[in-house]
Amino acid sequence: MRLCALCLLAGLWSVPAAAQLRIEVSGVGLTQLPIAIAPFRGQDTVLEKISRIVQSDLERSGQFRGTDLVAGSLDELSRPELTAWRQKGADSLVVGSVTALADGRFDVRFRLWDLTRGQDLGGQSYAVTQADLRQAAHRIADFVYEKLTGDKGIFSTRIAYVTKVGQRYNLWIADADGENARSALASPEPIISPAWSPMGGQLAYVSFESRKPVVYVHEIATGKRRLLANFRGSNSAPAWSPDGRTLAVTLSRDGGSQLYLIDAQGGEPRRLSQSSSIDTEPVFSPDGNTIYFVSDRGGSPQIYRMAATGGSVQRLTFTGSYNISPTVSPDGKSLAYISRVNGAFRLHVMDIASGNAVAITDTSSDESPSFAPNGRLIIYATSAQGRESLTTTTLDGRVKTRLAGASGEIREPDWGPLQNQ
Amino acid sequence: MKRLVLTLTCALMLAGCGSSVKLDEVAVEDKAGTPVGALGAGSGGAGAAGASTGAAGAGAMASQGVAPVDVTRPGSNAAIQQGPRIVYFDYDSFVIKPEFQALIETHARYLRSEAGRKAVIEGHTDDTGGREYNLALGQKRAEAVRRAMALLGVADAQVEAVSYGKEKPAVQGNDEAAMAQNRRAEIVYR
Repeated sequence: MRLCALCLLAGLWSVPAAAQLRIEVSGVGLTQLPIAIAPFRGQDTVLEKISRIVQSDLERSGQFRGTDLVAGSLDELSRPELTAWRQKGADSLVVGSVTALADGRFDVRFRLWDLTRGQDLGGQSYAVTQADLRQAAHRIADFVYEKLTGDKGIFSTRIAYVTKVGQRYNLWIADADGENARSALASPEPIISPAWSPMGGQLAYVSFESRKPVVYVHEIATGKRRLLANFRGSNSAPAWSPDGRTLAVTLSRDGGSQLYLIDAQGGEPRRLSQSSSIDTEPVFSPDGNTIYFVSDRGGSPQIYRMAATGGSVQRLTFTGSYNISPTVSPDGKSLAYISRVNGAFRLHVMDIASGNAVAITDTSSDESPSFAPNGRLIIYATSAQGRESLTTTTLDGRVKTRLAGASGEIREPDWGPLQNQ
Repeated sequence: MKRLVLTLTCALMLAGCGSSVKLDEVAVEDKAGTPVGALGAGSGGAGAAGASTGAAGAGAMASQGVAPVDVTRPGSNAAIQQGPRIVYFDYDSFVIKPEFQALIETHARYLRSEAGRKAVIEGHTDDTGGREYNLALGQKRAEAVRRAMALLGVADAQVEAVSYGKEKPAVQGNDEAAMAQNRRAEIVYR
């Protein structure tokens, strides 16, 4: 029986962790922009339903709500009946089309309407292959999001995460909605702590493939890897400086786990922290001047910060006896981290200036938070019904979406930067 | 469990597995050949015993010209690997309890007598809390065992302390009994 189970798992590991995001909106009195996304003319002929992808992207942000639709077929050239659409409760409308091109690609076009003013807010067109239809939909969602909220959209960004199925570990790169996952690394040994380079071309991570934790830098497009830190003892917790030139890592080469800076091309590390305690989980502030990290120098793990050049240390968390895994919002104002409250490990968000912090989940084993590059969402790992999965949440915790894999455990998410446009 | 699976696989494949080549120790680095006659040494492990009972007729296969090769280092090495080599820790603790002192002394004595031999101390934690913080906790446990060995005269170059954090639990489950078995440092000869 056990043997059978193993066979089954061995057969499954190579299947992409096909994942699906389910949107679970909780909370009341939300101010969400009502928007209608009409079915794109011609999308029935292709696999990807563009309008549905755009709508679920926008709803996942927590800032939009899809409305009912007016019957009839529209595209980017149509002039919508403003009154009829407004009666459905919509303030904005997206219309468009998908047309097959002679070379096998598809022409995707759209237009965004402000229904209250009757104004054309613009549109774009993309000529894409079948494989890039989803990416075109994500770019449409980015356009709509930026026009209507003023913030950058993050729907065309990518996320990295790790799955464990049986004894197989995979590092995946997926679209921000969890679809289109591709394996960057497969290993029989654990992989933890993936970290995107600021330009998005590389990932640093910890791999145990040589039966100890070693930090690699991995070029995603080519699969080329280089050893960044393989010193005596353990090497872990890589974090990129915003300029991409330096990484902070935790090394135990001099005895305890301490913070070091190391050139992204490798070389001799420079010791940053000097304590006889555990110092780990470094992360740079967006301006690169400060490093947030975890230390047990006060007797329990708490979050501290210091200048990126080293020096004196300031404690940030004072509530609870276990505060770990800090990550800073892109505007540098908020800190997301995991805090143990009555035995439950919960994602918290702190306003750094005031020190005020709130739990934004009611789960009990949250891990590894990471901000979306526009600072509006956080992705983290959590356990539901005894199985690890990924969740995105708004910063107020009101809108959550769950990313569950087809099999095994999903963990260690890291949200990639905005794509170069 | 792993050994049982190996044994079953052996039995299924029946491809000469019945000879006394020890499947779980083929990755040892020493290239010194071992005479066939010496292979019985250290075959007291459950895995080896299971393998030979699993495949009846092993003797007949050996006589058909299979010369078993074991690249395991000769001498007391096999014995030390099969003896106790795990130090268990209390919750949130890095203190070596008195009952593990003798175990550490045994390994220290062995390493002192075999100056060319190297060991890795792998620190582990239970699955409570974050992965990176647990990696640092496991490192503290491994360092505690490494320092104890150094005090007993083992050369620094012979022992490396590393951590697996919570990534490789010895047993699954999050009741206290399971977690107690996962809070450990393993002395591993590579």
